[in-house]
Amino acid sequence: MTEGRNLAVLGVVGYAEEWWIQIIKSVILFALAVQIVPVVLILERKLLGRFQHRYGPNRVGPLGFAQPLADIIKLATKEDFRPSTSIGFLYTLAPMISLLTALAAFAIIPFGDTVDIFGKTVGLYGLDVGIGVLYVFAFGAIAFYGLMLGGWASGSKYSFLGAMRAAAQLISYEVAMGLSLVGVLMTAGTLSLTGIVQAQEGMWYIVPQFVGFLIFLVAGFAETNRAPFDLPEADAELVAGYNTEYGGGKFASYFFAEYVNILVVSGIAVTMFLGGWQLPFGIDPPHWVDPFVVLGKISLFVFLFVWIRATLPRLRYDQLMSFGWKVLLPLATLNALVTAIVVVAVS
Amino acid sequence: MTWTPGDDMLVVQRAPKPGGAGGTYRAFGETLRGLKTTMARLFEGPKTISYPEEKVPVYPRFRGRHRLHRFEDTGLEKCVGCSLCAAACPADCIRVVAAENTPENRVSAGERYAAVYEINLARCIFCGYCEVACPFDAITMGHDYEMSDYSRSDLIFTKEMLLAEPLERTPLRREGE
Repeated sequence: MTEGRNLAVLGVVGYAEEWWIQIIKSVILFALAVQIVPVVLILERKLLGRFQHRYGPNRVGPLGFAQPLADIIKLATKEDFRPSTSIGFLYTLAPMISLLTALAAFAIIPFGDTVDIFGKTVGLYGLDVGIGVLYVFAFGAIAFYGLMLGGWASGSKYSFLGAMRAAAQLISYEVAMGLSLVGVLMTAGTLSLTGIVQAQEGMWYIVPQFVGFLIFLVAGFAETNRAPFDLPEADAELVAGYNTEYGGGKFASYFFAEYVNILVVSGIAVTMFLGGWQLPFGIDPPHWVDPFVVLGKISLFVFLFVWIRATLPRLRYDQLMSFGWKVLLPLATLNALVTAIVVVAVS
Repeated sequence: MTWTPGDDMLVVQRAPKPGGAGGTYRAFGETLRGLKTTMARLFEGPKTISYPEEKVPVYPRFRGRHRLHRFEDTGLEKCVGCSLCAAACPADCIRVVAAENTPENRVSAGERYAAVYEINLARCIFCGYCEVACPFDAITMGHDYEMSDYSRSDLIFTKEMLLAEPLERTPLRREGE
């Protein structure tokens, strides 16, 4: 296969821009992620407080909204420490892998269709590849190296246990997550995320694919290691799991990656099931509103993430595995099967 | 010997077994119920009392920092230096040194007065026995509870400090509140 053909595969769907536009877009996306994560952070801590009859952080800055800034300054000024049993190279590499994969997956969320900016046609997304969802799963699979290597290279038994759990959990839930999206892909008839959003004009896929949506949601929680599936970092049992031995900037990288992953899963859910940048009841705002619509829908999911975290206790490990393999996987398979039959019968 | 349960044996009621279709349905329902519960908490709003800004009012009988009293009409000290408070104190935190009143230097209403009256608040357990022991109601427990300081020696309160009108830093609970 030649290089030209490869590029052609990437360019088949969506719109491929010139190289310098791509660079500008990647910088903007990175900046966007860096901007959104502190907001999600303070939102989570405040909401979690409210869910528990508390205020949450309210001392730093107006209403406590400078708290993430204080956290970042604190973490950035920490001593760069590592345990004597750790393996230096991998210990440093692991948080980078987590961060990189999270940000790379973030690039695929479509915030809008192609628009004309200063006479150039630019897509409001990082990239729109023909492999679409597979891209997300590819980076999700690499992300597990971040946790796994980090936990293993720390040279601590808690980290190692957390890493083992993370690996098992990520692998078992990724299958169900992938299968839950198969229904959507078959209905839309395309793998491109912008294509899927455009196919949802008229009816969002949350209606015909409600089971798939639920499965995706549960698997998404497990995939981002959030409560009630936060076994890899189970603070009560494993201290902090894979990041027990991490501090300062490296811990901040893991933390940042976790929140970017929340955004990615929320973004994929919005794209796949909630119609991306489209609004219901035939409201058709100008194109510059589209990213805000997507961000608004993502924030709904962030709220759901916090809500679930405030409600459900952590699962036992065997419950987690049996739920993934015995409930979610058959259900997702059945969903895909039924969707396939319906799609064929209708067409 | 086998044990046969009598009539008084209670029937043990167990929750339905988990798993299966019914278990899944119940688990789903309970999850939704949990979500409803936490959402209700969100709308109730925070119950936190932001302490340094807001304070919980104390009851009139609250035992806070001690106060020494004077007669309102004559301005003489009520304390006669009998040391009964020091004797009653289980934490041994009160030190009284008595001296004779003279016609030129009349401090208290009785024969003697407390030349030195010190309470070590680092030792005090706020039991209120001194208040009970005092025959002249010269020492009472006030309402102040904000007494933290930077060194232990600063927590030894002298007679002048105890006699002084305290800064009302603590709100008092009203009748029926």
